[in-house]
Amino acid sequence: MTVIPVFFGITLLVFIFLSIAPGTIADLMGEGGNAISSDQAALEERLGLNDPLPVRYLEWLGNLFHGDLGLSWQTGRPVAESIAQRVGPSLILTGTGVALAILLAIPLGTLAAWKPRSIWNKLASVCSMVSFGVPGFLLSLVLVYIFSLTLGLLPASRMYTTGSSGSFGDLLYHLALPAAVICISNLGELVKQTRAACLETIGEDYIRTAWAKGLKGRVVLVRHVFRGSLTPILTTVLTHIPHIIGGSVVVERLFGWPGMGSLMFTAILSRDYAMVMGVTVVIALTVFSTNLLLDLVYGLVDPRVRQGRGGV
Amino acid sequence: MRAKKVRGSGPWQRFRRDRWAMVGLGILIAEVLLVLLLPPLMGLEPNATDRVAGFWAPPSWEHWLGTDDVGRDVFARLVYGGRISLLVGFSAAAISVAVGVPLGLLAGYRRGACEFWIMRLADVFQSFPTTVLVLCLVALVGASVWNIVVVIGLLGWTSIARLVYGNTLSVREQEYILAVRALGGSTATILRRNVLPNAVSPVWAALAQRVGRAILSESSLSFLGVGIRTPQASWGNIVQYATNVTVFAERPWIWVPPSICIVVTVFALQFVGDGLRDAMDPKYVSSTGVEESPVFCRETPEELLSVLEEDAEA
Repeated sequence: MTVIPVFFGITLLVFIFLSIAPGTIADLMGEGGNAISSDQAALEERLGLNDPLPVRYLEWLGNLFHGDLGLSWQTGRPVAESIAQRVGPSLILTGTGVALAILLAIPLGTLAAWKPRSIWNKLASVCSMVSFGVPGFLLSLVLVYIFSLTLGLLPASRMYTTGSSGSFGDLLYHLALPAAVICISNLGELVKQTRAACLETIGEDYIRTAWAKGLKGRVVLVRHVFRGSLTPILTTVLTHIPHIIGGSVVVERLFGWPGMGSLMFTAILSRDYAMVMGVTVVIALTVFSTNLLLDLVYGLVDPRVRQGRGGV
Repeated sequence: MRAKKVRGSGPWQRFRRDRWAMVGLGILIAEVLLVLLLPPLMGLEPNATDRVAGFWAPPSWEHWLGTDDVGRDVFARLVYGGRISLLVGFSAAAISVAVGVPLGLLAGYRRGACEFWIMRLADVFQSFPTTVLVLCLVALVGASVWNIVVVIGLLGWTSIARLVYGNTLSVREQEYILAVRALGGSTATILRRNVLPNAVSPVWAALAQRVGRAILSESSLSFLGVGIRTPQASWGNIVQYATNVTVFAERPWIWVPPSICIVVTVFALQFVGDGLRDAMDPKYVSSTGVEESPVFCRETPEELLSVLEEDAEA
């Protein structure tokens, strides 16, 4: 279980960063000019900013295990409550984007490996180029320019039409552009890894055996090549998920999507450290659970793991 | 990695035969020359405001890309922004290499506790979304050019360290290392003279990729308004004008050129990176696309313990 130290590592890392950073929320309020220094000292005392770093981290960790993420320094409302409001929209957005990316990447990557001289391989290369080379904010701008501004087909901001009842159709309508951006930005990595995994499988002896047995190309592709590549493909998809959350900061900001990314962004800018730590926990938990899921899925996909023979 | 002499062709000859890589290299050299030479040649002033043309002037002979919200020449800002963006990209990548190569070497050669801590640290860094960490750090330490360089550079060490680590693991088992050790070579000498040159060849390709990533990070940060800020120009913060709906819809000449610059630069770096990878590693067969980059194996604590015990016994 390497994921447990990783969980503590991530939270500790961000905690240390936040602590060594110059300027606290007390300073930020002082900048307004209406806080006198004794107020500032009192605020620092109340937020526990004067305790040494290890004490603060352990205290925060202790509260975490009681399910208490503390109060937002900015709004005074519980952090957990704010996060709970944002998790849903984030899941909808990144979930749709990632699902689309996976649905496109796996067939494309497999075909690109299967027929290296075909149009699929070229298409896969172009996908990787675009998704590695064009940053998310530019993709968003281009898509908004085409679909919202020029064609007037799709809305460019928010989750629902203002004042509407929030129907499912309205959600899909608003989801289209941001989800497309997330899909395209992640397509390249997924296609590249799928292709690499399939290429490796194609070089294996059992593929030659399958051909020698006289199996049809389609059967070799689906039953042998694809099945054999499933483990590395799943590894890529699952380890990639936390990074998709990170990438969604820009997209959520641009499209005014009320998700975790924009919550994190405003929290960082307003030095609302309780909130930053709260979002960090959610991301760390995502890392943790994707790793856990990975171990479980290995068992399902790879019979050697299921029977306890040999590791991955 | 042993450099097999194939028909007397060195890495540079192989690189030169790669047309796309040469195109990429050409673009990069041209860009560097342009951003360095254009300002003195054309007398560009990125921060001078033109009172005659006023603000938001459309493109004209005098201001090729018009003027911005306070009457500054957008073309001058594009050139100066190129300086900053390229500077940030290359310096940040240099920092990533400066941190990643020694750590990777150390973890791969010394193994043991060294390996454990360095690679676990890499796990932590790599599993957490880099965008969020960069955002956190830059917002916290303040957004000067050098702060951004250092933050992006320091957070990019993991991929480089992994590469070097994987290669060092295989190089350290080679017989010539044993031979040098038997001859009484010190660890530092072995690392510097024997391991480093052999483990470092894939780093060149990774370096090109890191420059591209750093440019993307910087432009995203600047676009969000937490990176390079005006009055300093960068490609990202010129694109930021597009968040203003009027500029976005009616003045594309402001935000489209810097966008094209970003994309072209990053594409050029990718071509160069791919070319370098193929050129440095003759075993790499680009037609099949099988990458032979070493992958850090995920060891369970039990496996790791047994490795550590073997080391202790040895």
